[in-house]
Amino acid sequence: MVQFNVNGKPAGFDDDPSTPLLWVLRDSLGLTGTKYGCGIARCGACTVHLNGAPIRSCVTPVSRAEGGVVRTIEGLSTDLSHPVQKAWLEIQVPQCGYCHSGQMMTASALISKAPNPTDADIDDAMSGNLCRCGTYHRIRAAVHRAAELMRKGAGQ
Amino acid sequence: MSLVITLLLLGLTAAPQTQSNALNSFQAFQKAAAVLRHPRCLNCHIPGDAPLFGSSAEPHAMRVKRGSDGGGTAVMRCTVCHQETNSEILHGPPGSKEWRLPPANNRMAWVGLDDHQLCRALLDPKVNGRMSRDNLAHHMETDPRVLWAWNPGPGRDSPPLSQREFVVLIRTWIEKGAACAP
Repeated sequence: MVQFNVNGKPAGFDDDPSTPLLWVLRDSLGLTGTKYGCGIARCGACTVHLNGAPIRSCVTPVSRAEGGVVRTIEGLSTDLSHPVQKAWLEIQVPQCGYCHSGQMMTASALISKAPNPTDADIDDAMSGNLCRCGTYHRIRAAVHRAAELMRKGAGQ
Repeated sequence: MSLVITLLLLGLTAAPQTQSNALNSFQAFQKAAAVLRHPRCLNCHIPGDAPLFGSSAEPHAMRVKRGSDGGGTAVMRCTVCHQETNSEILHGPPGSKEWRLPPANNRMAWVGLDDHQLCRALLDPKVNGRMSRDNLAHHMETDPRVLWAWNPGPGRDSPPLSQREFVVLIRTWIEKGAACAP
C-alpha cells in the first residue's frame, strides 16, 4: 500500500507501485482535473505538485509519492480564491483549456518560489508546458498578475 | 665507478619501461574515449546551459536549462520528468539516481576536445569536479549516471564497449601513469 496525502486528505493505493500517479489520481481517487496529454512527459498537461514541486504525473510512479504531499488542480482552492485561479479568470487565459490544469500548477509553483517573476523566470519555469491553442501571451500576463495578487495577499 | 655504470644501466633500462607504460596508458585512454564521447555520456558533459538528448545530440526539448547546481532551474528541475529509473515507454524520459548535469561552476565539458585535451581535462581538478585519479576511476565504475549508459532504456543505444571493458581501460590508463600522450 502506497500512502500519501492529496489536497490535504490521506490517500492510498494498493496495487502496482509502478502505476503512474496520473492514473491513481484520475481513476482511483476521481480527481479528473489533471489531464492526460502525451504520456511521456513532453507536454505538461498532467503536472501536479509533489512536496511543493511540479512533476509530470504521467511518468511518475505512484511509489515516488510514498509519504509525500500531492497537490492537484482541485487543491489550489475550492472557491477560486488562489491567485492563479483569479488571474486565469480575470485574463480569460484558456482557449480549449485542456492544458491549463498543468499550466496553472506550474504557474503556482513558480510564484511560490519567485513572488515577482521576470519574463525570463516565466520562460524558464513554463517552457515545458505546451499549449496547442497558443495562449502563451495570456499565460505570461496571467503569471505576472497572479504574482501581483499573491504579493497583495490574495490566497496562496 | 661500478656504481655509476650500474646506475647508468638502470637508467637506460628504466626509460623504455616508462615509455612503454605511457604508451599503454594513453592507448587504453584512447579506447575508453570512445565511451566518453558517446552521446549517452557526452549529452550531459556540455559547455553551454542546454543539455543534449538523443543519439543525434540535439538540444533538449522544452528549453531545459542546467541551473546553478546542474539539476535544472528553480521550477523546471530535472526531476519534474526524470525518475530514478527509465521510463519503459519508447521516447519516455530516461532516469537514474541523481539525474542532472554537472554544476554550472564546474561543467566538466568534453564537447569538441581531442584525445589529449580530453585526457588532461579529466585529470585537472579545476575542471573535473576536484576528483583525484582514484575518485575519477571510482566515478567511472560506480556512479549511477555512468552505469545508466549501459542501461539507457528503450530506443537508446549504449556505448561501443561493455561497462567492464570500459572500467578495465580506465584502470589501465590510471595505473600505468594516466598518460595524456604516448
